[in-house]
Amino acid sequence: MLKKRLIACLLWRDGMLVQSKGFKHTNSVGSAYTAIDFFNTWSIDEIILLDVTRLPHKREQFHRDLTELSSRCFVPLAVGGWVDTVEEMRRLLSEGADKVVINSGAFRNEQFIREGAERFGKQCLVLSIDAKRTSVTPFDTRRSVMLSSPSRGEGVSKHASTSSAQASGATQGDTVTHEVFIDRGRKGTGVSPVAWAKQAEEWGVGEIFLTSIDQDGTGNGYDLSLIESVAGAVDVPVIASGGVGNWQHCIDAIEKAHADAVSAANIFHYLEQSTKKAKNELFAHGINIRHPEFYDIGLPRNPLYRVE
Amino acid sequence: MLRYALAEPVLSAVEGARATQHDTAARIEGRFLYNGRMIALIDYGAGNLKSVANACAAIGADIEITTDPAVIRRATSIILPGVGAFAEGMDRLRKAGLLPVLHEEVIEKKKPYLGICLGLQFLAEKGFEHGEHEGFGWIKGTVKKIEPKDPACKVPHMGWNDIDLVRPSGIFTGLQEHPTFYFVHSFALEVDPSERDAVTATCEYGQTITAAVQKDNIFAVQFHPEKSQNAGLMVLKNFCTLSHASIPLSINA
Repeated sequence: MLKKRLIACLLWRDGMLVQSKGFKHTNSVGSAYTAIDFFNTWSIDEIILLDVTRLPHKREQFHRDLTELSSRCFVPLAVGGWVDTVEEMRRLLSEGADKVVINSGAFRNEQFIREGAERFGKQCLVLSIDAKRTSVTPFDTRRSVMLSSPSRGEGVSKHASTSSAQASGATQGDTVTHEVFIDRGRKGTGVSPVAWAKQAEEWGVGEIFLTSIDQDGTGNGYDLSLIESVAGAVDVPVIASGGVGNWQHCIDAIEKAHADAVSAANIFHYLEQSTKKAKNELFAHGINIRHPEFYDIGLPRNPLYRVE
Repeated sequence: MLRYALAEPVLSAVEGARATQHDTAARIEGRFLYNGRMIALIDYGAGNLKSVANACAAIGADIEITTDPAVIRRATSIILPGVGAFAEGMDRLRKAGLLPVLHEEVIEKKKPYLGICLGLQFLAEKGFEHGEHEGFGWIKGTVKKIEPKDPACKVPHMGWNDIDLVRPSGIFTGLQEHPTFYFVHSFALEVDPSERDAVTATCEYGQTITAAVQKDNIFAVQFHPEKSQNAGLMVLKNFCTLSHASIPLSINA
């Protein structure tokens, strides 16, 4: 059987890695090279590298960094952020990414997912869903109203979609529901994560990277109800993200919420042997995960010192 | 700037020369390990070429990415990587005119060959991905879609999985009993019972999947050693060591 995975999520901003809280970047933690080297050494199963830069002109620097970073990464590397064309996907893959993480671009354009899946295979596509808790019942289909995309979702009345969302189990537990946000967590869409995940699965994404905006950076643990609802609704693997404060949170996500992989970002920085410690804990708890062992990367540290 | 200025003389003393960010591969010590014995990494337009090149560079192998038959003839061994569809891959190899040269070098001259993922599936006589297509036919068998009996096992088979080393093979030297590798595939090689001895490793995923084969100088793995960290790089390293040991120097001269 396939093993559960421990994934480190790196947020790249203007050449440096940052930590994030509620999708706001709080501080810079240093070079991505150091992080990739150490996490490789410390028995990580996969790395997700996201370009969270707000400045479009930094994109070329990201591409340059990716080319170098991928040559030091001997675990699968998923790369995303600002990906909205198939050409951009092709470029990332040729620069050494193994998978591409897509989010807002995919939400706006169905054809983007379909084309990407057709061209590179769906195992290449990781759909990132950023969700926030909401008191309003979200719709269970995407609406064209907010999205300036006239071809789909028209004619769905609010009443009809609300009732079918309840029927599909999206609103179980009656009080907590979630809404998908796009554009780096800024723009609400009125769509439930379960509905969006199902839809995207049908169009051809191979994995879902599910982040809770509320929990992001809090250290209070994953949003288990969110993860459970999506993991129960789709067949593709679901990666839990957002809120790890201790390793028990990872165990909970796998055992209680049935996540196929657990990901964390902030907690892995500033902690000696962080990912290996997490791995040890999961392994000791009897979770079917790759054996935690050190790997001597054997490459000279790079960069030694970087000055712009 | 100050930190840099202080660090520079120390680094120069240690490294001999100032290292820049863009020559990682050239700076790797192991580069000299297999010096002058080049491995041809065949570029036929299929994905993951860069990953394989990176991993080979990291273990110190001297590789040349190529589509040129002359380079393949000059190489001591051949690696054929690949992610993608069977038919398209075969088609590209055919169009690049590589099939005759591969046959000549691997079957007639017995150069070590390492197939990765699609490079393993090509060994079959036939592939059934999007219709029926002819493979190299170096190993009797067919490539069929994975159909796990367990509904919890989804296709594609993607992620880390343990393999069972069912028969000894040179490329598995030094590995643990059940090493873990990274897999990404929807189709798998079914080896004909008459050549069952060629299967060196299997993997359980709702059915038994052929994870590795070996027939004389032909090695192939279904998983991705370039993305499987310790265990994977060990396999690549073993292949390098093995292939360089088994080839007389004169071929390279």
